[in-house]
Amino acid sequence: MAKLADWLRLVVLAGVAAVLAVPSFQAAAGVGLPKLERGKGEKCVEDTQFMRRNHMELLKHQRDDTMRKGIRTTKHSLKGCVECHAGSQSGSVAAGKDDFCMACHVYTGTRLDCWDCHATKPGKQSFFGTGAAAGQAAASPRNPAHNQGGGQ
Amino acid sequence: MSAPEKQETLQERREFLKAGAVVAGAGLASGVLVFGAAHSRPPEQAATADRRWGMLIDTKQCGDGCNDCVTACNTENGLDGKTGPQDSQWIRKLNIKDLRNGRVHELPMLCQHCEHPPCVDVCPTGASMKRADGIVLVDRHTCIGCRYCMMACPYKARSFVHEPLTEQNPEVPRGKGCVESCTFCVQRVDRDEQPACVEACNAKGHQAMIFGDLMDPESALSKALKSQASTEVRADLGLNTGVRYQGI
Ligand code: SF4
Ligand code: SF4
Repeated sequence: MAKLADWLRLVVLAGVAAVLAVPSFQAAAGVGLPKLERGKGEKCVEDTQFMRRNHMELLKHQRDDTMRKGIRTTKHSLKGCVECHAGSQSGSVAAGKDDFCMACHVYTGTRLDCWDCHATKPGKQSFFGTGAAAGQAAASPRNPAHNQGGGQ
Repeated sequence: MSAPEKQETLQERREFLKAGAVVAGAGLASGVLVFGAAHSRPPEQAATADRRWGMLIDTKQCGDGCNDCVTACNTENGLDGKTGPQDSQWIRKLNIKDLRNGRVHELPMLCQHCEHPPCVDVCPTGASMKRADGIVLVDRHTCIGCRYCMMACPYKARSFVHEPLTEQNPEVPRGKGCVESCTFCVQRVDRDEQPACVEACNAKGHQAMIFGDLMDPESALSKALKSQASTEVRADLGLNTGVRYQGI
């Protein structure tokens, strides 16, 4: 009797293992890694592998420097990321699930709040903004005519 | 484009801007502040307490019914221009009447960029902050939207964003759940431009606003403050506001 019970247990365990194994096989076959559109620039401001793991740290550091101290270097600025990585179709980094930020963030299931406040599209080229001659202050800051993408 | 190249372009643009400022300065009437190359702070350098940005508003020059400063602010900062109780207004025109003699006049009211800002005192998170050069800002990354600062501000200068926003100006992030107010157009000031309201007022020819450095005795602002009488609104509160008025 004891032998039979052992044998049964083995069968059940094997069955469970097989059932568990199936979805992972499917996962391996069916869900590909996110496909990212290439940025407009030649290369990223840091090594790609480094950026994958650390972009949030760089952004957080830069945000405090810029916001609280007024340091406005462009290397790690979010605006720079957007200018380079806005999708060629959507013109945005976060309009759809295929856009640059969303592709990975949807894949990893991590929500991000950046775009509640920050523009997801490159905007006016600020250096020529309203100009000292001023009447042009009325021209829309988001005038598509000023949209020069990442070609800064 | 690689990073060094980008830096280079940036530098070129700064040069261009400086040149532009000089040309613009030549074309403007006297009394208009144009702070050019002498003031520029490189992008990698933090703001310091060697400067304190301030403003002088001459209400006698402020045009009847003119709303240009408000419009310019809305355009620059991406506000929709609505004036309801739940809408954001960073600068607004007030009509003031002296009930004893009936004298009526107008003035623009904005964040006064207090030296001792009550909004900063009450903020539980440190989101309300005064930058080293005196510009009072809200760090939206830490603001929890409690609105204590709105209650504390004696000038009703702050607004709360009630609805989700889209299509923000890339230089002026704004979003639901945070308090906001006039920033002196910090993004412009950091590249040696004047706040949008001041520029618009000058362009219209009213020249009711002078913006500049209170710490620099040579700035047009300091000179004007030295030679003409001016007042703070609610000077009795002892906040040492960065915005001063004439003719009130
Ligand atoms: S005017 Fe109001 S919001 Fe501006 S610094 Fe003073 S207390 Fe703060
Ligand atoms: S609303 Fe934001 S900035 Fe104002 S007091 Fe609360 S946390 Fe501070």
